[in-house]
Amino acid sequence: MTFSRRFLIFGGLALAVWGMGYGIWYAVFIEHQTLDGLSSALATGFIRAAENRMAESQAALADAASRSFVYVRQVDAHGHWIGLGLLLLILGIAFDRVGFGERMRTYLAAALLAGSVIFPLGVLLETWNRGAGPQALAVIGSALVILGLSGTAWGFARSNS
Amino acid sequence: MSTREGAVGSGSTLTQSVDRFAPFSARRVFVIGGIALILCGMILGDIFAAFILHPNANRIGENLLAATRAVASHDPQGAGAAFQNIGGLLENRGTKVDAHSHMIGFGYIALLIALLQPYIALSESTKRFLAKLFVLGAILLPVGVFLIHYVGMAGSPFAAIGWASVFGDFGGFLVWLVCLCELAGLVKYFGARPTVRSSDELHNDRSWAARTLLSGGTVLVLIGFLHGSYYAGAHLFRYEAKDSELLSAMTTQAAAGNSAAALQAVAEYGQLQGAKAVNVAAHAHVIEFGVLAILLAFFQPYVFLSEKWRRIWVVVLLIGSLALPLFVLLELQWGLLAGGLADVGGLLVIVALFAMLVGIWRYTGKLDSSAVVA
Repeated sequence: MTFSRRFLIFGGLALAVWGMGYGIWYAVFIEHQTLDGLSSALATGFIRAAENRMAESQAALADAASRSFVYVRQVDAHGHWIGLGLLLLILGIAFDRVGFGERMRTYLAAALLAGSVIFPLGVLLETWNRGAGPQALAVIGSALVILGLSGTAWGFARSNS
Repeated sequence: MSTREGAVGSGSTLTQSVDRFAPFSARRVFVIGGIALILCGMILGDIFAAFILHPNANRIGENLLAATRAVASHDPQGAGAAFQNIGGLLENRGTKVDAHSHMIGFGYIALLIALLQPYIALSESTKRFLAKLFVLGAILLPVGVFLIHYVGMAGSPFAAIGWASVFGDFGGFLVWLVCLCELAGLVKYFGARPTVRSSDELHNDRSWAARTLLSGGTVLVLIGFLHGSYYAGAHLFRYEAKDSELLSAMTTQAAAGNSAAALQAVAEYGQLQGAKAVNVAAHAHVIEFGVLAILLAFFQPYVFLSEKWRRIWVVVLLIGSLALPLFVLLELQWGLLAGGLADVGGLLVIVALFAMLVGIWRYTGKLDSSAVVA
C-alpha cells in the first residue's frame, strides 16, 4: 500500500472517529439543553411581547439568535468532520487510481487531510471568537479541500491504465 | 452475450468471485443490503418531500402567523400554544429527515464495509453474522425514528423516551457494534502482516464505467464543496442577521398594533427559511450523490450488464445527481416547475441505482449457477 493511500485511509478513519466522538459528547451533554433553550427563548420572546414587556421580549429573541448561531456551527463541525473523514477513507481506497506520481499524490492527500481538519475547526472556533481569525481558518481549510479534490478529480480522469 | 457478460464466467476471476461473493456471504449481504437501504432512503425522501415537507412548512408558517396575531391581540396563551404546535411540527419534520438520512448513510457505510471485507481478519461465519446484524440495526433505527412522532409515549415505562425511540436507539447500537467489530478485524489484519495478500477484483477495475463514476463523483463532491463555501461566505452570516431582525420585527410591530408590517415580516421570514433550506439541501445532496457515485465505481465488476447498458446507467446516475441539487436551488425562482424537475432528477438516480442492483442480482445468479456446475 502506497504512503499517500495509507495516509488518507488512516487519516480519514481517525477524523471520522474523532467527529463521531465529538458528536456523541455534544449530543449527550450540550445539544438537548441547547435545543430546549432555543425553543424556550423563542416562545418567551413572543409571550413577553404579547404581555407588552418588550425589553424582555427582545432580550429573549437575542438569546435565541445567539443559541442558534452556536448550534448551527456545532452541528456543522461535527457533520463535516465525519463526512470529510468518510470521504477521505473512500478516496484513499481508490487513490492508487489517481494518475499522478506518488509525490504529487502525497501532496494532494496532505492538502485533503489538512483541509478536512482545519475547515470544521475554524467553523467551531467561530462559536468562541466571532472575529476574523476563525473565519480565515475555515476559508484556508476549505480552500485546501477544494484544491485537493480538484487535483484528485483530474487525476482520476487522466488515469487510463 | 457481450464481452463484459462473457468475462464473468472465466478463469481465476470466477474462482475469486465465487469465494468472495458467495450466497449469503458477508460481502453479498453488505452490497445488496447497502444498495437496497440507499434506494429505500431515497424513495422515502421523495415521498417525504412531496407529501410532508411542503405541507408541514405551510403549517409552521400558519402557526407563526397565529403567534404574531396573538402578540397583536395581547394573548400570551395564544402565542405559547402556537409555539407548542410549531414544536410538534418540527418534531414530525425532524424525525422524517432523520429516518431518510440515516437509511442512506447506513447504506453508504454498508458499501464501505463490503469493500473492506478482504481486509477484515475474522472468520467467514462471524463476518456473515455481523453483516446480518448490521442490516437489522440499519433497518431498526430509521423505522424506529420514523415512528417516534406516531407512537409517542404510549405504553412506555420511561419518563421521556417512547418505545419507538428505544427500538431506534437499539438499532443504532447494533450498527455501532458491528462497525467496532469490523474495525477490530481491520486492525487485526494489518497487525498480522501476512506475507501474501491476494488482490481484490473490486480494487483493480479500470473500466470506463468505474473511471467515469470515480471522476464524476469527485467532481460532484467538489461542486458541493464550492457551493457550500460560496453559501457560507456570501449568505450564511447575512441570513442569520436577517433571521433575528425579522423575528424582532414580528414581535415589535405586532405589539405596536402595526399588523401589516408584522405580517410582512412573517412572509419574509418564510421566504428566508425557504432560501436557507434550498441551499442546505442542494449542498448536502450534491455531495451525497458524489460519494454514492464514488462508492458505486468500486462495484462495477459486479454489475452484470452489457457494456452499453452499464455506461447508460452511469450517465443517467450522474445526470440525475447533478439535476436534483441544481433544480432544488432554482425552486425559489422557478417554483413548482423546478420542484418537478428536481423530482425527475431524483427519479433518474433511483432508476439508475435500481438498474445497477438488478445487474448485481444477475451477477449473483450467474455466479451461483457456475459454482453449482463446477
